[in-house]
Amino acid sequence: MLQMTQIQKIYRTELIETHALRELSVTVQEGEFVALTGSSGSGKTTFLNIAGLLESFEQGTYLLDGEDVSHLSDNERSAYRNHKIGFIFQSFNLIPDLNLFENIDVPLRYRRFPRADRKQRIEHALETVGLASRMKHLPAQLSGGQQQRVAIARAIAGEPRLMLADEPTGNLDTTMAQQVLELLEEIHAAGTTIVIVTHDQGLASRAQRNIQLVDGKVLEEESPHTQEEIPQAVMLNGGEPLAAQL
Amino acid sequence: MFKYDVKLAFKSMRRNPIMTALMVAAIAVGIGVSMTTLTVYYMMSSNPIPEKSDELFAVTLDSWSPLRPFDDDNPERAPHQLTYHDAERLLSFAEAKRQVAMFESSLIIEPVKAEDLPFEAFARVTSTDFFAMFDVPFIHGSGWDKTTDAAAEPVVVLGKQLNEKLFGGENSVGNWLTMEGTRFRVAGVIDSWEPTPRFYDPINGAFQEINEMFIPLSLTRVLELSSVGSDWGWKSEEITSFEQWLNSEAVWIQYFIELETAGGRGEYVAHLNAYVNEQKKLGRFERPLNNNIYNVEEWMDYHEVVANDAKVLVGLSFLFLVVCLLSTIALTLTKFIGKKAETSLRRALGASRQTIFKQQIVEVAVIGFSGGLIGLALVTLGLQGIEYLYDSPEGMVRFDWVMVLTALGIAIVSSMIAGLYPAWRVCNIPPATQLKTQ
Repeated sequence: MLQMTQIQKIYRTELIETHALRELSVTVQEGEFVALTGSSGSGKTTFLNIAGLLESFEQGTYLLDGEDVSHLSDNERSAYRNHKIGFIFQSFNLIPDLNLFENIDVPLRYRRFPRADRKQRIEHALETVGLASRMKHLPAQLSGGQQQRVAIARAIAGEPRLMLADEPTGNLDTTMAQQVLELLEEIHAAGTTIVIVTHDQGLASRAQRNIQLVDGKVLEEESPHTQEEIPQAVMLNGGEPLAAQL
Repeated sequence: MFKYDVKLAFKSMRRNPIMTALMVAAIAVGIGVSMTTLTVYYMMSSNPIPEKSDELFAVTLDSWSPLRPFDDDNPERAPHQLTYHDAERLLSFAEAKRQVAMFESSLIIEPVKAEDLPFEAFARVTSTDFFAMFDVPFIHGSGWDKTTDAAAEPVVVLGKQLNEKLFGGENSVGNWLTMEGTRFRVAGVIDSWEPTPRFYDPINGAFQEINEMFIPLSLTRVLELSSVGSDWGWKSEEITSFEQWLNSEAVWIQYFIELETAGGRGEYVAHLNAYVNEQKKLGRFERPLNNNIYNVEEWMDYHEVVANDAKVLVGLSFLFLVVCLLSTIALTLTKFIGKKAETSLRRALGASRQTIFKQQIVEVAVIGFSGGLIGLALVTLGLQGIEYLYDSPEGMVRFDWVMVLTALGIAIVSSMIAGLYPAWRVCNIPPATQLKTQ
């Protein structure tokens, strides 16, 4: 699904050069749930930005879904993000004066889905995250955990192949973090590839594979669980959504 | 997507109402000032009779002194009015399709009702063709015919307002009116007719109201009607009677012709030259041949109906609009930079730079449209102020649909221009820099 080879990213100012990623090579298979860990400044967010086609890089190759995306134009990168990638951010990044329906509608608008299709996708996504009854609410009327579930609904509404999450539980208390995590596991169980960037070892331990970054390089890779050991999540289309039960 | 962008624009405007209000106010004031001056300029320079302005001509004959030109600053120009007897002669030739000689006079109208008092009214003393030539609309009746004019019958055509004043707005055709001791029969009542500028008499004020009534030119001699308009003379003449005044070299009659086509112009000037050559044999017209006819727009230019001051004022007011737009650029930049986090999010979610750019431009266009609407209200106030200051007739300075659409168009386009740089700046912010910190 995602194959980065020898990626190098350098941030330059007039005075200094910062090597954010040094010949980083990472491969994520389709359907995997991978966690990238590392301390602050280790290059986690830079990796996520490059993986999400939000930033370019100096050297290396990046194959996304089998296609070399290193030299895509800005418009092509936008279209790729819109069609193939779902983003979840630590601070939710909901637009405050749009209600939940309208927030989830944003990427679907850019994808030019027909109106009825958009409506059906939004309603389904909100049902999945257990917020179908709140679609006319504004983000400020929700708790942090609920806001992150809306962000997840926005990410899944377009049925992306790859979901990138940057510290998705970083701003949540333990209970809410647990709800969000279980929701991500549901989505993964439905077949979406998920890459999470976190320095929360508890969260990382729920992934199939952990990749630890230090100074922009992969320090080690480990698999905390075999596929069989991963807690089975409720399938998206089967029974009550897990989030709704919480 | 356009509807979506408009919806987002209104949400964005509501998000920061003070900033939005400042932007709208800057555009509104700019539009208000610039469009007020432009409207006045447009009104002053508009063609008052576009359907036949190329076929109507003012006539000038150079009957002035052999020693100096009529206008020292423009020595090529002949006097812009004719002597009474030249006008009478030209009328009698009837060389053009239509021709009118005219001047402005005033008469005392005796009360129709016993309880009213006599009052003075201004009349255009003119010949038969006036109404047909200038497409004057009638509510009741019509003008007078050539027989009536030739017989110097006392008939009058009333303006709409005077008819309301005298007869309560009813059909007064056939009624009688006493002026200066003579009973006039009402032949017709004209509808609202406000050619602006008043092209047929810019000499006595291009922006004066049209006359309250119209009477036949042939009554001039009978009633010894004097002009209340401008008259010029160059010759020292002993004038002891009205007849001597009519036969003097003083110029005080405005003369217009209507030709079948604009192409007949040369032939008519040749006719004027032939007339003048004939008069030269009688010792008149001692200057070289200098007879001209001017179509309506040339006549407006001749009299500088649009003063250079007005053009300068329009220029200055548009400079003021530019200043307002510069303020709008600064405010727009501040507003757009303030929402760079949202813009970055939209970029991350799949919006291209062009999509973001278009969304920002639609937002400034909506702000411009709002500013334009308020600007229109300011223009209305400004025009009322101008009417009050210059004591113009009510409704003289009008704001028609062309100007409304122009104002809105200028507001929208100028605000979009003001938004180009801010929109370009915001759509080029790398999205990744804002997402982590939002």
